[in-house]
Amino acid sequence: MDKLVTRVGVLFVVALLAFVAMVLGVDQAFSVHMGIACVAALIAMAVSMNKFDFLTQRFPVLSGPSVASRYDDDPIRWGVIATMFWGIAGFLVGLIIALQLAFPLLNLNLEYTTFGRLRPLHTSAVIFAFGGNALIATSFYVVQRTCRARLAFPGLARFVFWGYQLFIVLAATGYLMGVTEAKEYAEPEWYVDIWLTIVWVSYLAVFVGTLVKRKEPHIYVANWFYLAFIITVAMLHLVNNLSMPVSLFGSKSYSAFAGVQDALTQWWYGHNAVGFFLTAGFLAMMYYFVPKQAERPVYSYRLSIVHFWSLIFLYIWAGPHHLHYTALPDWAQTLGMVFSIVLWMPSWGGMINGLMTLNGAWDKIRTDPIIRMMVMALAFYGMSTFEGPMLSIKAVNSLSHYTDWTIGHVHSGALGWNGMITFACLYYLFPRLWGRSRMYSLRMINWHFWLSTIGIVFYASAMWVAGIMQGLMWREYGADGYLVYSFAETVAAMFPMYVIRAFGGLLYLCGALIMVYNVWMTVAGRLRDEKAMTETPHNPDADRPYVAVPAE
Amino acid sequence: MTSDSKTGMFSHKKLERNVTLLGLCALGAVAIGGIVEIAPLFWIDSTVEKVEGMRPYTPLELTGRNIYMREGCYVCHSQMIRPFRDEVERYGAYSLAAESMYDHPFQWGSKRTGPDLARVGGRYSDEWHRAHLKDPRSVVPESIMPPYAFLAERSVQTGDMSAHLAALSRVGVPYTDEAIKAADADLMAQADPNADAAALKQRYPKAQVRDFDGNPAKVTEMDAVVAYLQMLGTLVDRQKAQAHEQPR
Repeated sequence: MDKLVTRVGVLFVVALLAFVAMVLGVDQAFSVHMGIACVAALIAMAVSMNKFDFLTQRFPVLSGPSVASRYDDDPIRWGVIATMFWGIAGFLVGLIIALQLAFPLLNLNLEYTTFGRLRPLHTSAVIFAFGGNALIATSFYVVQRTCRARLAFPGLARFVFWGYQLFIVLAATGYLMGVTEAKEYAEPEWYVDIWLTIVWVSYLAVFVGTLVKRKEPHIYVANWFYLAFIITVAMLHLVNNLSMPVSLFGSKSYSAFAGVQDALTQWWYGHNAVGFFLTAGFLAMMYYFVPKQAERPVYSYRLSIVHFWSLIFLYIWAGPHHLHYTALPDWAQTLGMVFSIVLWMPSWGGMINGLMTLNGAWDKIRTDPIIRMMVMALAFYGMSTFEGPMLSIKAVNSLSHYTDWTIGHVHSGALGWNGMITFACLYYLFPRLWGRSRMYSLRMINWHFWLSTIGIVFYASAMWVAGIMQGLMWREYGADGYLVYSFAETVAAMFPMYVIRAFGGLLYLCGALIMVYNVWMTVAGRLRDEKAMTETPHNPDADRPYVAVPAE
Repeated sequence: MTSDSKTGMFSHKKLERNVTLLGLCALGAVAIGGIVEIAPLFWIDSTVEKVEGMRPYTPLELTGRNIYMREGCYVCHSQMIRPFRDEVERYGAYSLAAESMYDHPFQWGSKRTGPDLARVGGRYSDEWHRAHLKDPRSVVPESIMPPYAFLAERSVQTGDMSAHLAALSRVGVPYTDEAIKAADADLMAQADPNADAAALKQRYPKAQVRDFDGNPAKVTEMDAVVAYLQMLGTLVDRQKAQAHEQPR
């Protein structure tokens, strides 16, 4: 009871402080954000006072199977639903901004819906909201299973989930109101950054606490990757977001660094948001869920050691390849390029370890659509970790930089690797978390697989063509020695590619919507009566050694 | 494949049985690259070679720059001209490190959905910028830029401009105490052709003083954005950087 009183008291003080900050706010956006924080604290207080688990009381289905799980799975059930929700939101905004580039009328002549404000909303929604929720939920699932221990600090784990959702809401509403630090993928302003730091340290505490409680002597390889991801993201976030607020009651701040130093700090952060958020963390998912779904052990333990340490050591150096031929000193550019190329090897180490785990179970690609998704995810991972080092070569980069080729590269990684592996893991998790024998429909998973794959092919190939065309048109000289194309002409030439890209994105979104329906029915406890996935008819007559028949 | 990866003196078992050790080693592994690449940029002098003409932004330019960031212009426009013939001929002399030395944060960008803006200052008239920002397709039919007509309607709302300059001076921008104190007045003076701008021009050499938005009645966000765009790339005299050898 004392604990409860303390908690309610603390939340009340937080709500009060947020209210005061709201009243004193020097700009409207800051006041809105403090209002949101105040309401969030009041809701948390009311929920604590009632000792009322709103979600599980109001929607009993969210508390999962009636048989109590041996593990603490409530935050994971919320997490996988949040992943789905933010995924759809992020894909939808992505489709909208893709269409805006083809049809600028869709900016709607409103300041809140311009491309410049919606683009950070899209990137943050897919990376941090969709990807972040997937990482938090799966890490809580994996760490409990591989340690054979329940989550340490269950209250803190719930705080991590809800605190992270609050971070997403503050960041997203901020972008729409124009609150931004204007550093890509690190746009949230200083007070949102501080909030995320608190949430992230709590996340580290829950994760490490569970590792400490483990009943297994060894820490499983997936947890190395999760641990490296959590620690590194904390380091990157803290350094890159160092900034000086104009006022303690205002949203605006100025970066602590300027010019060259700020640029390299930003891309050290930006590239490793890819390297640790979207790679190390998702490799952790791969290392648990691929072996489980394939029912095979990880291919090589030794390879996982070598590739883990080389991957995390090398990734950090690759940032400068985002700044080739800029005012960044040449030595830093060259260092960045060399390490980016070396990085190819540990990246493929991960892909090989994942794919070869299917050794002896390759037939499952034919029979199991979830395995099929995992294999496609690993194939895209391999492809984009080859394309990345190639684009980091200065000569290639001089053509590709500033063009849509980069966008295509990012999306073959994000849609192909991160998206596909997340979908596969969610398809693995939903039936288990709700105690169902399988997903509602395996055929719908197959549909999802094909819509996504075809969508990515449209997306990536359109962007390759667009990017290379753009790069070549910009540098095209005529026989007279003058530039051939004005910039506006190169913009006009992009139109068909932008339409094809949007179509690819639409297919991807449709696949995800099918998943939502499938997941909904699974949670509702339904099983679709459908034909089995594979029918390779057995012909007993043909099932015999070939007997040569002499010619007549 | 044996599960014992003992190689010589060191066994990986030690790491995977000890959370603290594993965490510390991982932190060490990821810290090195950043330390080697980023830290030297702060103390190697040649990273940012000194050039004449650089000065901090005037309050009006700074306000314009903040609106540029607020609207996410950096997601489509770069401000970094690379040293290639086609870029130099298209956008102007390649960018120098010193030209963004007061940029907190930098705005080099990563994508050219629209053209580079590092040297857009002085290339178009104020009137063109106004028309373009209000309705981009009225002057560039192929453009896919969103319209920003609301900038012309809205008065600048910066709050206390002195606080902005003070915050910047705390992170190393050399604003004088006098400049910080006069920030609000300087902001208004730069957009008012009738104001006495002598002190402003002395504090900020090459500052352009005029009514940028075509509406002398009030200082709007359009004033600020156009003032910012018109000064981009104009501070450093790149003629001085040309080759000095006489042609034979």
